[in-house]
Amino acid sequence: MTDNRMAIRQVELEVLRYNPETDQEPKLQKFTVPCVNEWCVLDALNYLKDNLDPTLAYRWSCHMQVCGSCGMMINGEPKLACKAMLRDYSGVIRVEPLSHFPIERDLVAVADDFMAKLKRVKPYLIPGEKRTLADGEYKQTPAQLERYKKYAMCINCMLCYAACPEYGLTPKFIGPGAISLAHRYNQDSRDGGRDERQEEIATSEGVWECTFVGACSDVCPKHVDPASALQQVKVASTVDWYLEHFMSWVKK
Amino acid sequence: METIQADVAIIGAGGAGLRAAIALAEADPKLRIALVSKVYPMRSHTCAAEGGAAGVIKPDDSMEQHFEDTVGGGDWLCDQDAVDYHIHEAPKELLQLEHWGCPWNREADGSVAVRPFGGMKIQRTWFAADKSGFHILHTLFQTSLQFPNITRYDEFFATDLLVDDGRCQGFTAIEMRSGQMRAFRAGAVIIAGGGASRMFPFNTNGAIKTGDGMAMAYRVGAALKDMEFVQYHPTGLPNTGTLLTEACRGEGGVLYNKDNYRFLQDYGMGPETPVGKPELKTMELGPRDRVSQSIWHEIQKGRAVKTPWGDCVWLDLRHMGEKKINERLPFVRDICISYLGIDPVKEMVPIRPVVHYMMGGIHTNTKATTSVPGLFAAGECACVSINGANRLGSNSLVEILVFGHRAALSALEFAKSVAPGNDAALTAQADASQAKIRALFLRTPGKESIAGLRKEMTDTMEEGCGIYRTQEGMEKTCAKLSELRRRYADVALHDKTNVYNTDLLSALELGSMLDCAEAVAMSGRERHESRGAHQRMDYPERDDSKYLRHSMAYYNGLEPPRIDYLDVVITTSPPGVRDYSGAKK
Amino acid sequence: MSRRPYVRVVPRTTWFFRHPRYMRYMAREVTCIFIGIYSVMLLVGLVRLSQGSAQYEGFLAALRQPGSVLFHLLALAFSLYNTFTWFNVAPKALPVQVGDEHWPDSVVAGGHYVVWVGLSLFILFWAGVL
Repeated sequence: MTDNRMAIRQVELEVLRYNPETDQEPKLQKFTVPCVNEWCVLDALNYLKDNLDPTLAYRWSCHMQVCGSCGMMINGEPKLACKAMLRDYSGVIRVEPLSHFPIERDLVAVADDFMAKLKRVKPYLIPGEKRTLADGEYKQTPAQLERYKKYAMCINCMLCYAACPEYGLTPKFIGPGAISLAHRYNQDSRDGGRDERQEEIATSEGVWECTFVGACSDVCPKHVDPASALQQVKVASTVDWYLEHFMSWVKK
Repeated sequence: METIQADVAIIGAGGAGLRAAIALAEADPKLRIALVSKVYPMRSHTCAAEGGAAGVIKPDDSMEQHFEDTVGGGDWLCDQDAVDYHIHEAPKELLQLEHWGCPWNREADGSVAVRPFGGMKIQRTWFAADKSGFHILHTLFQTSLQFPNITRYDEFFATDLLVDDGRCQGFTAIEMRSGQMRAFRAGAVIIAGGGASRMFPFNTNGAIKTGDGMAMAYRVGAALKDMEFVQYHPTGLPNTGTLLTEACRGEGGVLYNKDNYRFLQDYGMGPETPVGKPELKTMELGPRDRVSQSIWHEIQKGRAVKTPWGDCVWLDLRHMGEKKINERLPFVRDICISYLGIDPVKEMVPIRPVVHYMMGGIHTNTKATTSVPGLFAAGECACVSINGANRLGSNSLVEILVFGHRAALSALEFAKSVAPGNDAALTAQADASQAKIRALFLRTPGKESIAGLRKEMTDTMEEGCGIYRTQEGMEKTCAKLSELRRRYADVALHDKTNVYNTDLLSALELGSMLDCAEAVAMSGRERHESRGAHQRMDYPERDDSKYLRHSMAYYNGLEPPRIDYLDVVITTSPPGVRDYSGAKK
Repeated sequence: MSRRPYVRVVPRTTWFFRHPRYMRYMAREVTCIFIGIYSVMLLVGLVRLSQGSAQYEGFLAALRQPGSVLFHLLALAFSLYNTFTWFNVAPKALPVQVGDEHWPDSVVAGGHYVVWVGLSLFILFWAGVL
């Protein structure tokens, strides 16, 4: 195992800085950071903070692509900084906070809106059939698990919101991440809460705000495929409407 | 300073904190619950756990067997009353998660599937592919959203506990987005702040795991118990330290040295078992302490694989095939490709042991009660002593549930029994806590930097408190930590602003880690025996006559902690020999 | 309070220039205009047909004008683009799960192409072209 992955390389980082107490508006600041080739952008930021500028603010924790803290725009693309490998970049790397969210400071985006929307779509099991612990587990076959599993992989990193132009233009849009999680529970064989959730998501602020740009699925680091979830909710909601208006004798 | 009043306040919103919050909310819909965390709940490090959670559910299993595996795995340093409670509650908690929607892997008939895990004699590890912790955390977080009486304070950094009239009545915390300090007042406080493995340079832990909860309790007089027992996980990526779950071996992965020899058979874990047909509780399914120690020995003997990141051994998953790897270990595959550029479907992966978990923590009893009235603790920050000297993989994801729940019940009972506190005294304490932070802002930067001190701390921890330890090495580390704690008093901030000041948080986290690190080194220095994860070159044997006892470290200001001992609770299993050879039966 | 979150404004009319992905999306959406115009032309043809053979001949003659031919070529190209882009995202709206596994996207999209070619052949055959 000998190659240049341990070689040192000077990386030019352009970081969007904003401190509400000292700056009127954000501006890019350039740093030259000595990096090991195999590092990711997060490693470069950590080096920067420890050695060049301790005032830089950003979120990070797990460094293994699962906690969802370090979402940021890297060369204009929403990425997890721990998944953006330096080997995939040449030239200057521009790092900015996630698009479409207000900037609290530097690379830290205000997440309040996402958190409120998540809660609003009731992303928890509303049991179809009540069971007590004494009754044991709900049976769920591997096929039933497969129906929703992909949508359960969401790490709430908000990259899809930063990619979605609809969310940028119409912040009322509940957005890809939260709707995908609602869909995840709608698809769960143990769940009976679809009607409650549809009231939130099969609405003009919900899926009908989506024009199927598909950017959310392109940037999702966990292959959740929110675009798919949203289109399926649209299809289901359309079917609901037809059943209700033309075939009211058929039970959903 | 704004004061926030709650009935029960919880510090930490990972698995244990969320479980506690839900239990409280269910117990009493009128209860005011404050859930305070320095990160959003879903960023908590529970999300990084991969392999699974152990609970007896299958007909071939028994409580006795889970008990025996756990107590033996812990080298008889477990409190057996706690283990007994833990294993009996485990299946209920895991089933509860299933009822809340956790996507556990399933058998063809729809029942929950289990997988083999290290040190467990029967398959009993419930799992959700290799993202079990992630799914547990998100299931708990999402479930918690339906309770209106859980008020979350996300990105609030707790700094000091308020203790008056002989009991804990709240704490101070910094609202990170504004930099303002808040006083939380509560009838009872639960700490669920996680571990402290970031005190080591090479670890699997997230940046947030800096022992803040442990240190906070320690500073108000709660004992840190068994801190010398630090778990090295055998299979970390050699460059980033990223965890490759024990399920790699549970699902059939094997370990080779540079000569493609399955060396574990040389360390009491043989004879060799067929590749791809793992046998429980032997070879690659030995306990973590033994497997990590074996790798250390192979490295000493010059039989390691030389890599740009140092000496490693091979983890081979190739025989499992792409389909099974994608089904059971997709995350492991992603991580190997991302950070190492190696696809485990096609190549062997170099791995080396990495600091993963602290068996020690805030001393609690089986009711999750600490020695400070009104203060409760659960999860990795606590030491209820189910893990003893070495935790078995998949016991901790259950521990956060069982004892998070238990802490809630105890805290509720306590909170209902107490009268309102002394307002003036608590206000004075909160003001004093704020003054400490203000002093940090007023100090002018000198030659001590946060990153510099942190580096010196992690280096000395690795040197003195690694897999194998000596008196001399630990003495040096103790002296160094003592020096670092004094120098820490000169650390100043470069960032003097209020909004999301991570320079300030780094300083506070460093302080927590230094306090905890000294407890680790001092407890280790005083334990003159080898047991579980605490291996001494100079005292290679277990010594039950002197050390069948828990180390108890008590905070002593700038001086090193006072070390005391507490007898281990033995109920049915007297200390015996840990046998991981496959030839037994 | 020292908080002052900074809001970056998204340009309402030029937002799609921000990323090639958005440009591709706009291309997909804009191409439908040609399909719309073509449909209107077909309707006009029907109206002309109902008005008698002279009117219909006039309509056909107009279609043979160079400008009309050019439009038809453009409309064909754009409607093909529109069709391909929609078929390629169809698996997202209509995922197919059989047993424990989802069909790969290529199979679902491929199914659309097969049906499309089949229907086209059928119509050409029915119209007597084949």
